[in-house]
Amino acid sequence: MTSIGDLAGKPLRAERHGDRSFTSVAFLAALWFTVAFAVLCLAVLLVDAFLDGAVRLDARLFTEYTSQVLPERAGARAAILGSAWVIAVTAALAIPLGVAAGVYLEEFADGNRWYNRLIEVNITNLAAVPAIVYGMLTAGFALSIGLERRVVLAGGIALALLILPVIIIATREAVRAVPVEIRQGSLALGATPLQTVWRQTLPSAVPGIATGSILALSRAFGEAAPLLLLGGLVFVNYDPDGLMSGFTTLPIQIFSWASQPQLAFQQVASAAIILMLVLLLVMNALAILIRNRYQKRW
Amino acid sequence: MATFTTRQTSSTQGHDMTETAHEAHGVETFADATLAGERELPPTPDAVMECEGVNVYYGDFRAVTNVSLGFGRNEITALIGPSGCGKSTLLRSLNRMNDLIEGARVEGLVSFHGQHIYARDVDPIEVRRRIGMVFQKPNPFPKSIYDNVAYGPRVTGMKVDSMDDLVEEALTRAALWDEVKDKLKQSAYGLSGGQQQRLCIARTIAVRPEIILMDEPCSALDPIATSRIEDLMTELSDDYTIIIVTHNMQQAARVADRTAFFTALAEEGTGDRTGLLVEYDLTSNIFSSPQDKRTEDYISGRFG
Repeated sequence: MTSIGDLAGKPLRAERHGDRSFTSVAFLAALWFTVAFAVLCLAVLLVDAFLDGAVRLDARLFTEYTSQVLPERAGARAAILGSAWVIAVTAALAIPLGVAAGVYLEEFADGNRWYNRLIEVNITNLAAVPAIVYGMLTAGFALSIGLERRVVLAGGIALALLILPVIIIATREAVRAVPVEIRQGSLALGATPLQTVWRQTLPSAVPGIATGSILALSRAFGEAAPLLLLGGLVFVNYDPDGLMSGFTTLPIQIFSWASQPQLAFQQVASAAIILMLVLLLVMNALAILIRNRYQKRW
Repeated sequence: MATFTTRQTSSTQGHDMTETAHEAHGVETFADATLAGERELPPTPDAVMECEGVNVYYGDFRAVTNVSLGFGRNEITALIGPSGCGKSTLLRSLNRMNDLIEGARVEGLVSFHGQHIYARDVDPIEVRRRIGMVFQKPNPFPKSIYDNVAYGPRVTGMKVDSMDDLVEEALTRAALWDEVKDKLKQSAYGLSGGQQQRLCIARTIAVRPEIILMDEPCSALDPIATSRIEDLMTELSDDYTIIIVTHNMQQAARVADRTAFFTALAEEGTGDRTGLLVEYDLTSNIFSSPQDKRTEDYISGRFG
């Protein structure tokens, strides 16, 4: 048996060079290759879109409506405004509902009841349901209540359903991260459970909820499938002006342009892709900024 | 009213004595520490809160068995004993904080001014407002110092003429005002551990409770901060009834008027260890002439 005395004299020099064996190096190289491959694909796509679209990255992209006869003059004005409308409706529907559901499940629901467990399992599964299913669901729902399915409100409902599970899960995680001592301190002063949630738990969880919500909204922003299924209009040459207004969004507009044969449409599609990527980047950067800035260290 | 005993109030003196007590390893020296003082106590407490035949369960597990004792008005009562003897569990059942733990259940009578606090029509929120609690780890809210103190009065809807005055008064009583009066709007997280714990005490007394429960309030603090909190407890006991759980026997000897010693005993049949009250008496008696062998063994450091 080796005693402490024996070990004490041993040199600290590495004897086996575990990190330099052939298998280690090969494995590391494989890892680097996969990362490089993914990054390269993305870079090629970006460069390609930029080369195609650079000529159309001009003011007309923002100010002009789309056109079927003059692709050189087509712009994404209606699509930008439509996206803004739909995302605003999505946020207004999904965030309050999702936060309320998340807080209920985390703070008030009795986790031992079968129905609460059922709800939990379902929410987790819903987050993985393909987006198009939400489009079908909304189409059916709109039909049953007599709502025109090509309007901003219907689009907002479909996207809100899509991101609701994500917001619920983000809220639950943010709420769970608030230390139990804070709740106990509040309750021990004679605050009610509702006051404790409203004045302590929720404010402390806001950064996490905001980050999760922005990421969920950026996913909704990039979705085309559920909106296409709702019969999203591809040719809109007016500004949407309300919940019952027809609309198109950036992803739908890009889809429409990209399926046209003319080069000028391909160029404007590429320009719109660049615009969308920039907007998504801004949203994700905002989420990271909020997380870093307001993150609480207990 | 034959026996009157007294409590020693100067903590610096207390510190010196405990250190001597350490070295002299004598049970008697603890008692000496509590002899020089000024306060007179009746042999049985003028109870503001009483436990009768209290059992506390976590699910099927019985954590505390058949505890009966009374907590005297404006006295400091210490609950001591080895780990797992149920003293913290008992403390948390005194203001219904145990309600928050899933499966926790209290049997027996816990009365506050003669009202059973587990009666069906009792509002636990009101119980907690009247019986405050300070926790083991300082747990200020992530708010300003001012808002930490003002939180309780605000949520309980206390009628307050001037919140500023109330905050100042509470911080003064908690011996924190001079240190924080220029930074009331700053985050409570910028304070030291000892200051945070005094802020938690200020926060508790701002809602004007009658009883303050303290669950090992100094176990996360250094000796100087501990000594300040102990001084504070002694001062507060003029107006409040204080019940403190402590692992530190010297602390009990220094601050407590009465001490209850608990121990953990394996239950017949299940073999689960359950807490029970061994001896409850004036602190001076517990430390000078314990009636039970187990108390004597514990305070003389033979186990626990």
